Amino acid sequence: MAPERADASLAHYCIRQTGRHLLLLVRSPGEIVNPLLFFLLVIILFPLGLGPDPEMLSALAPGIVWVVALLANVMLCMRLFADDFADGSLEQLAMANIPLAVAVLPQLLASWLASGFLLSLVSPLFGLMLGLPLSVAPILMASLLMGTLIMLLLGAVGAALTVGIQRGGMLLSLLILPLYVPVLIVGTRSLTEAVGGGDPAVALALLGAGVTGGLVLSPVAIAAGLRVSLEL
Amino acid sequence: MWRIVHQFGSPPWVYRFCDRVIPWLLPLTVVALLVGSAWGLLFAPTDYKQGDSYRIIYIHVPASVVALAGYYVMASAGLVSLVWRVKLADTAMRAAAPIGAAYTAIALVTGAIWGKPTWGAWWVWDARITSMLILFFLYVGVMALFEAYENKTIAARACAILSLVGTVNIPIIYKSVDWWYSLHQPASIKFTGSSAIDTSMLYPLLGMIVTFYVLFALLMMLNIKQSLTQEYAHSAWLHKRLND
Amino acid sequence: MTATLLEVRDLDVYKGPRQLLTGLNLTVTTGSLLQLAGGNGVGKTSLLRAFAGLARIEVFGHLSRCDDVLYSGHAPALKGTMSPRQNLRTHPAGLCSPSDSELDKALAALNMTGYEDALTARLSAGQQRRVALARLFLPSARLWLLDEPFTALDVAGVRVLENRFREHADDGGAVIFTSHQKADLGERLEVLDLESYRGP
Repeated sequence: MAPERADASLAHYCIRQTGRHLLLLVRSPGEIVNPLLFFLLVIILFPLGLGPDPEMLSALAPGIVWVVALLANVMLCMRLFADDFADGSLEQLAMANIPLAVAVLPQLLASWLASGFLLSLVSPLFGLMLGLPLSVAPILMASLLMGTLIMLLLGAVGAALTVGIQRGGMLLSLLILPLYVPVLIVGTRSLTEAVGGGDPAVALALLGAGVTGGLVLSPVAIAAGLRVSLEL
Repeated sequence: MWRIVHQFGSPPWVYRFCDRVIPWLLPLTVVALLVGSAWGLLFAPTDYKQGDSYRIIYIHVPASVVALAGYYVMASAGLVSLVWRVKLADTAMRAAAPIGAAYTAIALVTGAIWGKPTWGAWWVWDARITSMLILFFLYVGVMALFEAYENKTIAARACAILSLVGTVNIPIIYKSVDWWYSLHQPASIKFTGSSAIDTSMLYPLLGMIVTFYVLFALLMMLNIKQSLTQEYAHSAWLHKRLND
Repeated sequence: MTATLLEVRDLDVYKGPRQLLTGLNLTVTTGSLLQLAGGNGVGKTSLLRAFAGLARIEVFGHLSRCDDVLYSGHAPALKGTMSPRQNLRTHPAGLCSPSDSELDKALAALNMTGYEDALTARLSAGQQRRVALARLFLPSARLWLLDEPFTALDVAGVRVLENRFREHADDGGAVIFTSHQKADLGERLEVLDLESYRGP
């Protein structure tokens, strides 16, 4: 007889899986550092392309920050399930005796911590480089925290559907970029309001609503997409 | 009721249905298109502000309306395919995508043509046209995903999921683009309120919208019939049908 | 007492436009050792994935099985940057995590003592295979679905695995596996030749 297991609960499983994915990310730091470097490099490109005029830069900064965050997120999604699909971890995840929609949450959490969360933490730095006043840093961080999570949840659906396709990267961007439009609009809005002395509360509330809706709906779609990819 | 559902899942029945309906739907659509166009383009009164250039709305507006509805047709077929595993629903979903994309393209092109005399530029970031552009990419995404999979049974499943995700997102996208537009709208390109449209202009517009719906249905049937002919090329029922 | 772990009636398996298998009937009870045999491309892996529930879209007919299943595919689900111990402890299919002593015992059974904390990427193909198979030596599910479990194993490894299969069947489990070679499992082994269910 197998001994009675105290750790057989769902919560322990999720914690263990989150740990697994965080450990994997730490063991290959490029996965974390490269998107951040990409973010920084592209941010640098804008002043070089547009000219160093601080006023113009700060006017464009909200849009620049969000477009670049969006692109960094697409890059992340291209890799999101690729390794796990190739080495069989994904099919084993589907074999766990819990709904796949729940089983993917740890990986999403780990990926977000290593990408969107870190990005939000360092974002005030990028904001300063683009001439955003330090006073909008909290809004910048809050909006990026929520916005990157929504984008990851949406992007993961596309990633799940394209993970089995050879060279699915471009296809993935075609699938998910249109879905990112509301996040881009609302996220940028929160910043322009904050910069212009307006009230960013509406935009932030909309982002919060997006996080809630995304957390409820997208795991189901991600699981369905992964099941389709596992059929290949 | 259940029998009707069952019949729509049966390829021979649907093939015969298309075969019967198309011969009279086709001329009807052509006539309706001719009459509607003539009514809108020749007989409806001239707009006092935009002159005759406004007449393109008789193509632009119906195309936009049906393009959006087409996405929901596609997604509904996808839902049926996901839930009940009806193979014909896959065929219908696949048939709807290129037609919807074509409608969206028509709406975009006519929008650009309309923009030139009205706003003086081929492209303006108007809320409706921007939403249309995003809708176009959503359609293209579904078609590209279908092409990317080699196994078409699995491809159809993937597209069904994608179109359902799109369905949930389309209202959000439209709302957010409207919001974005209302925040950035320069006064010079403000739309004239559409509620002020005169009935002499409205009736031909409604007529054209209905006609575009019928045209959509007709194209769907032609497309489905074509797919069935390919898919069941070796089936006995199809050979019998074709030899009759 | 025997119980039914997997039951299949009139199963058709497709792959795109091609029908791989048709009219398959099968009942697997506790204590069974079943080998799915047949040439390349006959649909062994597809059928095993259908049993696992990973392939559903192109599978038609009745298929019921117990919830208590372990599936092992071609890909070993091992992460090169983690040790065998970490890999097994955080295995994505494992709802409960094995204890350290269980892990060491399992790895020892496959002659992998001393490699518990090595980097999995540094191990040879055969050793990685052994790490993946170590799951079979942990407290695990009743029904095992194994795709080519003997690949890359040496003679001794094959012997160990065969013994483990018999042990598992004696404990009230069942094993369904695909293999090209005939496994040395004695009288208890049933062989299902899929060639006779080949689709039109």
